[in-house]
Amino acid sequence: MIIGGIDIAVLFASLMVGSVPILLAALGETVVERSGVLNLGVEGMMIIGAVSGFIAAVQLDNPVAGFLAGAVCGALFSLIFAALTQGLLANQVATGLALTLFGIGISSLAGQGYNGIKPPATFALPMGPLRDIPFLGPMLFRHDWVVWFSLFMVAAVWFVLNRTRAGLIIRAVGESHEAAHALGYKVNRIRLLCILFGGAMAGMGGAYISLVRVPQWTDNMTNGVGWIALAIVVFASWRPGRVLVGAWLFGGLMVLGPNLQAAGYRIPVEYLSMAPYLITIVVLVVMSSGRRGRATGAPAALGQNFHASR
Amino acid sequence: MLRLEKRPNPSVFWLWATPVLAVALTMVVGGLLFAALGSNPVTVIRTIFWDPLFGANAGYFRAQLLIKAAPLILIAIGLAMGFRAGIWNIGAEGQYIIGAVVGASVGLAVYPTENRLIFPAMVLAGAFGGWAWAMIPAILKTRFNTNEILVSLMLVYVAEAILAKAALGFLRNPEGMGFPGSRNFSSYPAARNFDLIERTGLHWGGVTALAVAVAAYVLLTRHGIGFQIRLAGQAPRAARFHGVSPTRLVVFCLGLTGALAGMAGLFEATGPGGQITENFASGYGFTAIIVAFLGRLNPLGIVLAGFMMALTYVGGSLAESTMNLPAASIQVFQGMLLFFLLGVDVLTNYRVRRPSGAAKGAEA
Repeated sequence: MIIGGIDIAVLFASLMVGSVPILLAALGETVVERSGVLNLGVEGMMIIGAVSGFIAAVQLDNPVAGFLAGAVCGALFSLIFAALTQGLLANQVATGLALTLFGIGISSLAGQGYNGIKPPATFALPMGPLRDIPFLGPMLFRHDWVVWFSLFMVAAVWFVLNRTRAGLIIRAVGESHEAAHALGYKVNRIRLLCILFGGAMAGMGGAYISLVRVPQWTDNMTNGVGWIALAIVVFASWRPGRVLVGAWLFGGLMVLGPNLQAAGYRIPVEYLSMAPYLITIVVLVVMSSGRRGRATGAPAALGQNFHASR
Repeated sequence: MLRLEKRPNPSVFWLWATPVLAVALTMVVGGLLFAALGSNPVTVIRTIFWDPLFGANAGYFRAQLLIKAAPLILIAIGLAMGFRAGIWNIGAEGQYIIGAVVGASVGLAVYPTENRLIFPAMVLAGAFGGWAWAMIPAILKTRFNTNEILVSLMLVYVAEAILAKAALGFLRNPEGMGFPGSRNFSSYPAARNFDLIERTGLHWGGVTALAVAVAAYVLLTRHGIGFQIRLAGQAPRAARFHGVSPTRLVVFCLGLTGALAGMAGLFEATGPGGQITENFASGYGFTAIIVAFLGRLNPLGIVLAGFMMALTYVGGSLAESTMNLPAASIQVFQGMLLFFLLGVDVLTNYRVRRPSGAAKGAEA
């Protein structure tokens, strides 16, 4: 099916691939923020995941090892944030910014000598005859395992947050840490685990950029994707299902540009490169307008540190 | 395990001792990092922190220090006002870029007219450009309650795209034989931000930075709006009862930062930078965040912090050229400094106690 010179199946397929980094990072951040922690270091954790995943994949010649390394290093990196905000009660906004600045620096330090190398390829899952279904085949059944993993994680995060005891505790900590503390939950320990989960997801999302999307290592290659992921969490009103909608919306807008150009539409590069950010702003305005205060669905204790004084 | 006990009031001693402690810790851990990279840590630390001030060619490096410190101080003072009031403008980099582009456009529009009013007009235009760019998150925040952190940051990427458009398109030097970049201001005396005293690095940006620091200090400690800023940050509820208008504060703080960042961009483009190029922005807007915190969000502290951070830039590039240190290691070094600063800040607001001693104290 071709509309206006663009093959819809191919567009949707590239949308699903293009949205994976945002989706993974935004899902992780959703859990972090539901526990009441605002980690603005998503961009930093993603770039760390991108570089460490790339190095591991190239060294071990195995893309799966790359994704694992990205997740582990992302989590380890988020440990800095956890130690500062949960242990030393540092300001979350400032610490998150520091994480991003530090991550960009350390990743370009670590990535020296890896520029211009091609990583081992991540292949599509064998789907047998499903691949060859007209329209649906190229649209849905020629993706690699990470695409399916990210979709599985949407369901998993939704289930854990809304249908399990663990999710109830996470939400309690995020809505009122005083009450959760009074019930005997270890607020800072629960938040620490959520931060690590967020770090792992962001790291894996970063690894997907350097291993599949681009695929190579260049300095500062995440280029704001982590910040867009943060905006998606707001857009989604902190709900995993809506995170998927948001990620696909943005993934679609990001791949629409190159597709339009390929189809022969002449749009200046500058406008294409600023479009995702402008659209993010518009979406943020629409989502936040007219709903002053807490009605946006933000966790009540978001961004506040907890110190048990008694 | 140690235990934290909240101080009734922040410790004045630790308020000023923590930046020093953080710098010392960064030197130690940074030294370990440099050792891991295969350099002699003592030599690297000396190259970064000592040689630019007192080593060979110190005259040149001291001038560089002033050149780098001026934009950092200008931007950080604006940021600090906002941070104090709990308004997080982290898009100063974008405001810096737009200020430079708008200011330079004014100058280049009248090229090659010679008039002594051209440079002041450009400075005003730069301040206006940065102010207008900062008004976008400010108005969205006050009108639609949109998160200013995300909006101001997104606008950095938009500004970078506009900068690319300017360097390759509407500001490109018509006599540049197709090379990207605007006309060079060093060959346009009326619009040039020259050294006020030859070879000291003191240009109008440096003078403005110092004047703004003093003015901001007075504003913050002696003026009504300064009181409102401090009150809104420390006790938002009390501020509401006092009649502080959040809208006014957001517009004031973001606008001030934008105007200062825009001016800094213009001073940089017409002085040390020389022209508008695609990669003219060098991250001052982000480094200024570190400067603001290192200076304890205090205008006079920021002046010291600005020079400290300029030292890591100047010494860093010296270490880069003489010791073959990778350029990114300085960025790591600066990031580390902010981490340590935020970490040791716990000592300002909390006492560290051993639990057994505290328990005894509670019984007594």
